[in-house]
Amino acid sequence: MEAQVLHFFQWFWDLFGLWNLVWSFVEPIWPLIWTLIKIVVIIIPLMLGVAYLTYAERKILAYMQVRVGPNRVGYYGLLQPIADGIKLLFKELIVPIRSNKFLFAFAPVMVLAPALAAWAVVPFSDGLVLANINAGLLFILSMTSIGVYGVIIAGWSSNSKYAFLGAMRSAAQMVSYELPMGFALVCVLLAAQSMNLTDIVLGQQSKAGLFGWYIVPLFPMFVVYLISGVAETNRAPFDMAEGESEIVAGFHVEYSGMGFALFFLGEYANMILIAALTTLFFLGGWLNPFHGWPLLGALTDFVPGIVWLLAKIFFILFLFLWFRATFPRYRYDQLMRLGWKILIPLTLVWVVVVAAWMQTPYWFWSPVQG
Amino acid sequence: MEKITHFIKTFLLWELLKGMALTGRYMFARNITVHFPEEKTPQSFRFRGLHAQRRYANGEERCIGCKLCEAVCPALAIKIETEERADGTRRTTLYDIDLVKCIFCGFCEEACPVDAIVETRILEYHGEKRGDLYYTKEMLLAVGDKYEAQIAKDRAADAPYR
Repeated sequence: MEAQVLHFFQWFWDLFGLWNLVWSFVEPIWPLIWTLIKIVVIIIPLMLGVAYLTYAERKILAYMQVRVGPNRVGYYGLLQPIADGIKLLFKELIVPIRSNKFLFAFAPVMVLAPALAAWAVVPFSDGLVLANINAGLLFILSMTSIGVYGVIIAGWSSNSKYAFLGAMRSAAQMVSYELPMGFALVCVLLAAQSMNLTDIVLGQQSKAGLFGWYIVPLFPMFVVYLISGVAETNRAPFDMAEGESEIVAGFHVEYSGMGFALFFLGEYANMILIAALTTLFFLGGWLNPFHGWPLLGALTDFVPGIVWLLAKIFFILFLFLWFRATFPRYRYDQLMRLGWKILIPLTLVWVVVVAAWMQTPYWFWSPVQG
Repeated sequence: MEKITHFIKTFLLWELLKGMALTGRYMFARNITVHFPEEKTPQSFRFRGLHAQRRYANGEERCIGCKLCEAVCPALAIKIETEERADGTRRTTLYDIDLVKCIFCGFCEEACPVDAIVETRILEYHGEKRGDLYYTKEMLLAVGDKYEAQIAKDRAADAPYR
């Protein structure tokens, strides 16, 4: 890939006969430029995905509520996210006078940046990953945990009761749900025997297609991970942090214009991230669900891996929106009870079950060596 | 036994799945949205929209300045002043309706002994600056003149129920 891109640049600058001159400047920093190019190639489709996820959310919610949703801007309202973006861009930025100005401006970045940074280790296909590091899982866990700082900082720095209450709630919620999430991943770790995300996905490859995925032996963990993922991203039915009907918008009440837009982007980027991770850990990432099946396997094997990955991410995101359309918001104590008294014991039990199961001859999901 | 099934159902998220099945079904249900500017819902002949002052066929305005509408108006949106005309009849010199105050209850229409103040079917009107929705007698009469045919038809349709 790198060679082709370099070749293209050489062809481009050779049109002006400047290639040697340009290259003499560029060569020392080329690795940096190449990484930046890769980052841009990941971030731009991601941001577009975030924009159109808001559109998809409004549309799907509308259809589930027997409405039609946005349909005025462009065909079927397809330009709505762009119109919203432009509107937010031009709105006045209001900074509360007794707020901590620096932290107030810093908090939205703190929410959005980790959601984007975590994508560095997400493999899109075999070998198609920005940073193929062996501790990818740890990186993901730490990055998703950093988001909570942004929330706390936002709530504290805006110097408002509602924002502070919302921040306290969501901090407690995100910290609590980090635990079952982590334990669910411990099961994946046990099964895959690797922290490298590419290896985790490859460990799910087998002749049985989708029966080789970790969702089969770890189904309860898949459910737990999905539930904690919804709670982690502060989505309905765990959206107490926002709680429109109680504390107006939680930690980001005082934000307007672009600051608010960044929180919005962060929330949806986190949603996409959680969906992608669920796909990688439990749904076999880019693997073909019919691989190795008679007939169906041969018919679908030509589909590129990234298409399967995107299809699975879309499915999980659709589930997120479906949850929002269906479930009423949890009460705060119910949420804490679910997290601490049900999900964590369940995951702990399943860690033991998986560990024991792996010692028996009835464990069919060991990664194939080589 | 019931406790056990309840416990198992709770663990299998049974009720949540039932709820999701319901919303999932509704996703494919027919939308009931009326696309407003293009589509409109049918209106009753009793629709209470923009006010109008009516005239008799000979061009004489109906209003006799009895102030019943002003008295009955719960929002105090109507203001009337009267004087005796040269031919001895009482007519209004001032008949204002503040549509910002008006709650469109239809009491003025109900109270009017000569069917002079009526509410029409018009609901799409607006004001672009402060005071644009303060309707004077001339404006009300103009509305009445413009839509008299429709107004008369609606009154006739409603007459059997009065």
